[in-house]
Amino acid sequence: MTASYLCIGCPLGCRLEVDDDPGGDILEVRGFSCRKGKEFAAQEHVDPRRSVTTTVALLGADLCRLPVKTAATVPKALVRDVCRALRAVRVIAPVQAGQVVLHDVLGTGVDVVATRAVAAG
Amino acid sequence: MAQRVHDVAIIGGGVVGCAIAHELGRSRARTVLLEQAADVGFGTSKANSGIIHGGHQAAPTTLKGHLEWLGNRMWGDLCIELGFGFARVGGLTVALRDDELPALDKLQHQAATKGVPGVERWGRAALRRAEPNLTKQAIAAVYSPTTAVINPYEACFGLAASAARSGVEVRTLSPVTALAHDGELWVITTPTGLVRARFVLNAAGTAAARISALAGAGTYRMSFRKGEEYLLDKRLRGLVGRVIYPCPSATSKGTLVIPTYDGTIMVGPTADEVADPDDLATTADGAARVIAAARRLVPGISERDVIAEFAGVRAVVDGDDFRIGATGAPGFFDVAGIQSPGLTAAPAIAVMVADLLRGAGLDLTPAAGDGRLAPLPPLPPFVHFAGSSTARRQELAAADPRYAHIVCRCEYVTEAEVCHAIERGAHTLDGVKFRTRAGMGRCQGGFCTSRCMALLAREMGVPLTAVTKRGGDSWLVLDRGQVVQR
Amino acid sequence: MISDRPHLLRSEYDVAIVGGGPAGLGAAVAAREAGAQRVLVVDRDTEAGGVLLQCIHSGFGLHRFGEELTGPEYAQRVLCEALDDGVDVVTEAFVLDVAADHALTIASPRHGVVTVQARATVLAMGARERTHSAIRIPGDRPAGVFTAGLAQRLVNIDGVLPGRRVAILGSGDIGLIMARRLTLEGVEVVGVFELLPHPNGLSRNIVQCLHDFDIPLHLSTTVVGIHGRDRIQRVTVAPVDETLQPLMQRAWEVPCDTLLVSVGLIPENELSQQLRLRIDPATMGPVVASTMETSRDGLFACGNVVHIHDLVDFVSAEAELAGRHAGRYATGQATPADNVRLLPGANVGYCVPHTVSTDRDHVVYLRVRTMFDPCLLRLRTPDGTVVHERKLRYVAPAEMVNLKLRPALLQGFHGDSLIVEVVPR
Repeated sequence: MTASYLCIGCPLGCRLEVDDDPGGDILEVRGFSCRKGKEFAAQEHVDPRRSVTTTVALLGADLCRLPVKTAATVPKALVRDVCRALRAVRVIAPVQAGQVVLHDVLGTGVDVVATRAVAAG
Repeated sequence: MAQRVHDVAIIGGGVVGCAIAHELGRSRARTVLLEQAADVGFGTSKANSGIIHGGHQAAPTTLKGHLEWLGNRMWGDLCIELGFGFARVGGLTVALRDDELPALDKLQHQAATKGVPGVERWGRAALRRAEPNLTKQAIAAVYSPTTAVINPYEACFGLAASAARSGVEVRTLSPVTALAHDGELWVITTPTGLVRARFVLNAAGTAAARISALAGAGTYRMSFRKGEEYLLDKRLRGLVGRVIYPCPSATSKGTLVIPTYDGTIMVGPTADEVADPDDLATTADGAARVIAAARRLVPGISERDVIAEFAGVRAVVDGDDFRIGATGAPGFFDVAGIQSPGLTAAPAIAVMVADLLRGAGLDLTPAAGDGRLAPLPPLPPFVHFAGSSTARRQELAAADPRYAHIVCRCEYVTEAEVCHAIERGAHTLDGVKFRTRAGMGRCQGGFCTSRCMALLAREMGVPLTAVTKRGGDSWLVLDRGQVVQR
Repeated sequence: MISDRPHLLRSEYDVAIVGGGPAGLGAAVAAREAGAQRVLVVDRDTEAGGVLLQCIHSGFGLHRFGEELTGPEYAQRVLCEALDDGVDVVTEAFVLDVAADHALTIASPRHGVVTVQARATVLAMGARERTHSAIRIPGDRPAGVFTAGLAQRLVNIDGVLPGRRVAILGSGDIGLIMARRLTLEGVEVVGVFELLPHPNGLSRNIVQCLHDFDIPLHLSTTVVGIHGRDRIQRVTVAPVDETLQPLMQRAWEVPCDTLLVSVGLIPENELSQQLRLRIDPATMGPVVASTMETSRDGLFACGNVVHIHDLVDFVSAEAELAGRHAGRYATGQATPADNVRLLPGANVGYCVPHTVSTDRDHVVYLRVRTMFDPCLLRLRTPDGTVVHERKLRYVAPAEMVNLKLRPALLQGFHGDSLIVEVVPR
């Protein structure tokens, strides 16, 4: 079977194709322009994952929202759940960039971290 | 809440209601102005072309023709008293064909009959010199030096602010839901409370016939004529120096090319009969007709230059004239059917209405001299940073640092102006926009919307989610909690 | 964060830069490196960083930093570089006017309305969004119509949501990003409507912002009416024919309380126009030499104020060039003038810079007019002699093409103008 994907690794947007056998083992990946593209295709075929960026409530600063991201990718199916979990999070300024705002979100082993510093205001 | 008895309740805070409020504010009469929208001038007046017609446009045999010339002469003083912009730019009614020349003769005849000074015929050479961007097809024109431009909403704000300062109660968000005479007083029901008054002035614009029926003051047919207007990019500033009129048709003055008080060129309006007075939608067809008509006068205009568009609905009563006077109901006066030249006539309408009230027994002490009520002390002018010199800007900023904080990057509107607009009664984004110009520029609010919203929230002490575009259900943003979470 | 609290604002600078986004900050660092002692960046917001601060998604910095960063992370890096280099970054300050002699009039609540004298100026004001007025949708004018970028600011900075049920007009990247962003906040995105037969944003954003969340993309479809008296209630959408005219008999109604408009960016060119710079009608930004100098001496420009970039990484590269040459100009180091004009030819909308030198390396950015699969990027003389050719796999208007131009490529060419064209292979 051949499956097609569009690479989201960079703005090039390579059109990727993955052949697998009936057991699900990947036979060939085509259409990539870099190593990351090849890896993405294989990953997307068996276990699609995404990084999540969103904001969480921020207290004690001029800003009221703190931008955050997952420190690594999480399963694509969990993206909305990650955001839902973050709705309960409140962070108090000051915040450092990279500071963990939620450990091991939904048991994925991935932390959610601040993507900017905010001074107490 | 105990209700004070008012002498006069004015229903409708358009330019006519505001002008009457301002006129009565010069007396001791206890007056209340009831406006259904969040701000005065937010109905038909806001969508007006902003032209103070020369005085010669409407026939002298009509009431509107009479009041046009009276009103024209009053605006010059009013704008000084109220501190809003006014420019006597002059007007040109242009003939493109020989068969249009009789229309020019008629205008000149009307000017002579009414005594409008300075109205004269121009030929090709004079037109070419004065208005080089006018079509080369123009064969002749009637020039009127008395024609002027204002910002109609600024006039409403100024009139209402001045009236409020002299004790008139200005109540917005107060649509009239019931109206009855108890044998002595009118009892008017609004969401903001009951109002009792001896006299009621029905200046409700497109709602006037409905209000009249509600009051049992008589029924009459009212039709609605929609006008679409199109604002062109600032780049075209100076394209024409005078208000350019085509030769008029039976129902309308046609599509004009207007150098607005702010310098932006505006083209319009259309004049299309509509069934629904709240139909303020612009249409692709209307745009095409306006641009085509404007291009016949000034060929340099193109559809690509349009940066904003809006529409207003004029209320027309049968006979096509103003309907001003007493009705079948006691103390209930109609000030209805105020179509063009309503803005021009508004101050004269106010004087006429004051005379009617006096005649009906209201005590209005006239000042000596012209028989008008004593003028009010001038309102402090609204300072616009954008129009100020660098030296003046430095002075303003030194006195108030908020004048050095630019909130609208297209029109150079500062935090100080937004705050002053709020102090003067703006409670909505549009209220701020029409008082300061924030959001009227090229980016159409892309930059300043969130900044103005934040200032409105701060100054009024409400959350961002309580700020609206123009009151009612015109909410702008929601809290996360208000959004159903799936 | 990064303390970018404005310290002093001097009265004289070597280089003054209008705008503290990635373009302005990048130019500042490069101006310092080129020898300018005193460099000023003026930014109108409460903190420098520009629109990146509201672009909380990732996808920035692959070229420049070799890793994928979010907007705030990219902003923080370029701001730190500038501050570490001793650049004066003055925020909450608005440049009202730039005079031809490099006197800047600045309004700031902290400093008042003041004039600063520079030796060279860099324009880095970025872009603004095209509005729905620019594309003229007839109908009512209710609340609830926002440009995508304004909605992004409302959501990510002000912390509020624009509505419950959102339609998006235009498939520009900001609109696509907002489709995902709002979905993740629990807002229903009913669809993206694109006038053209192809998406206007990057394909990666079609995948990760729309496909991932089953948001429909309607190509060759546009919004033909807005309805609602106070707040928007619904829009009318209609497919369009090949000439982009709506087919009204096939129109349908889409209930929504919000319409986001994402129909592209245009250079913020008020100052450029005030200065009467030569403007390229295709980019709507100033005409620039390979040094990023505009038609006025010592006045440079970079970033989205010159032309709209797909990637901030390219903005940074262009900023470095503008900053370096502004620094050189301010300190009296001459750069030889360009000797070749670049003219857009077949299927090329524009190319920037507008002139190059046969003695130096350049990167020429160009945007094509229509989509081609395999094609040739060709440089030729006006009389048809091909000077250079490169094969391209795929081009689209939404994706900027970079052409690295080295002196070696132009060996044997002695003319004064070159036509840049993209032709099918």
